[in-house]
Amino acid sequence: MDKQKALFQYCLRLADSSLIMGQRLSEWCGHGPVLEEDIALTNIALDLVGQATAILNYAGKVEGKGHTEDDLAFLRPEREFRNVLLAEQPNGDYAFTIARQFLFDVYQYYYYQSLQKSKDETLSALSEKSLKEVTYHLRHTSQWMLRLGDGTPESHERVQRAINELWMFTGDLFDMDEVDALLLKEGVSIDLKEVKGKWENHVAELLEKATLQLPVQTFMQAGSRAGKHTEHLGFLLAEMQYLQRTYPDVKW
Amino acid sequence: MKDEKTLLEEFQSKIDKGIKIEPKDWMPEKYRKQLIRMMSQHAHSEIVGMLPEGNWITRAPSLRRKAILLAKVQDEAGHGMYLYSATETLGIDRSELLEQLHTGKAKYSSIFNYPTLTWADIGAIGWLVDGAAIMNQTALAKGSYGPYSRAMVRICKEESFHNRQGYEIMCSLAFGSEEQKQMAQDALNRWWWPAIMMLGPSDDSSPNSDELMRWKVKMESNDAIRERFIDRTVPQADYIGLTIPDPDLMFNKETGHYKHGPINWEEFFNVIKGNGPCNKIRLKARVDADRNGRWVREATEAYAAKKRIVNS
Repeated sequence: MDKQKALFQYCLRLADSSLIMGQRLSEWCGHGPVLEEDIALTNIALDLVGQATAILNYAGKVEGKGHTEDDLAFLRPEREFRNVLLAEQPNGDYAFTIARQFLFDVYQYYYYQSLQKSKDETLSALSEKSLKEVTYHLRHTSQWMLRLGDGTPESHERVQRAINELWMFTGDLFDMDEVDALLLKEGVSIDLKEVKGKWENHVAELLEKATLQLPVQTFMQAGSRAGKHTEHLGFLLAEMQYLQRTYPDVKW
Repeated sequence: MKDEKTLLEEFQSKIDKGIKIEPKDWMPEKYRKQLIRMMSQHAHSEIVGMLPEGNWITRAPSLRRKAILLAKVQDEAGHGMYLYSATETLGIDRSELLEQLHTGKAKYSSIFNYPTLTWADIGAIGWLVDGAAIMNQTALAKGSYGPYSRAMVRICKEESFHNRQGYEIMCSLAFGSEEQKQMAQDALNRWWWPAIMMLGPSDDSSPNSDELMRWKVKMESNDAIRERFIDRTVPQADYIGLTIPDPDLMFNKETGHYKHGPINWEEFFNVIKGNGPCNKIRLKARVDADRNGRWVREATEAYAAKKRIVNS
């Protein structure tokens, strides 16, 4: 694998995770538990779709085959998507959505913090911009984790169950392969082992504050780096891509 | 203490001078009730209106369209919140207003009981529905109740943005492929009459109370607003080569206005009564969101109460 191919893959991982998470969040629109949350969740979704658009645009340039950000978002099949498994998990109840988002926010927070120092100027600039957004997302979901964890017995149970169910998808966040190895050497990408340490500390600390139990180490699912997803992604893409696929080669 | 008659005279004289009525000012009970009804209906329309468009966020055909639609629906949630707050200044709270919506006691705009069947419907809603709403709302911005009229000024700014993005979607489709053009015409066919009707019954069957006009609660008659909307919209349809689905539509050179064909008021009153294609699913979506969110709101309160104890 050469550097260009690796960088393209790396961009897809970043962009797809934001895109799929944004797509999931936007399913909530109009159905949130309070109006304020409808606004907050669409706001986070908007930021994530924005991040995905910018990175996919860059990915298209790196790939050099003339693909636009829309080509990459709407015309790739399931196995070519590189989003983390966590992002594609269905919304569930509000506790599940908040827990999923919180775990992802902590990840993005340390990820972008580190990627700001990338030697790739575009990735570094995008990380800097995204980090500002993610800081707000993390603040929002952290507050909800505390409210739900330390709220009523029902909310506590729901959010604990969500964390437990999501836990097996968190290992996948930090898996590294030859793409990471190659780009890390070039100073382009980051060491996910370092991010993992920070993520674990941060999550453990907040769960404790929220009176929640850190799940026991379970067997971790893996595969997103190679485009091996859970069954949920196909349905999500079928919905997201249907117009582009039904009416190819037109402008919208 | 002043008697009712003097208070009423002072109230009227303020309105005549264009001074806004503010929450703590004296106002006739009928004025308060009418405003609560109008403003809460408007707020409900904003949040129910999120549903037909929200349908298409996950299916938007490009990342740009997805972001714009997300932002637009988010604006509507913001309008809803803003309007509920403005209504609360009249001495009623949001939970009570929502209760009225969920039990069917309060109404929302009839237009949101129609389904969004294709992507072009998102264009048609921005162009026609928001376009018609703006006609109404720019008039209401001149109304006498301060919090409502200020809300309208702000909301109108965002609505005109929505209106333009809707028309832009229609332009892309109308100048696109044959299939896209058909999609656009089909959306116009289905949304035209509901948009015409959403401006309310015609003046002969809905006489505007002189009082509401005098109090500047209602600013213009339904038919006058409807005429302005049609005058503005017909040339826009012409420009993109779409046909207004009204064979009787004629331009009257003497008046300088378009005259529309007969309106199916039976359909309108049926939709208002709950017999539209989507009344049940719209209301169910709102009721479900409320019910599914109850444990979340309870958790918020419980957590806040615990923090108060800790901090006191």
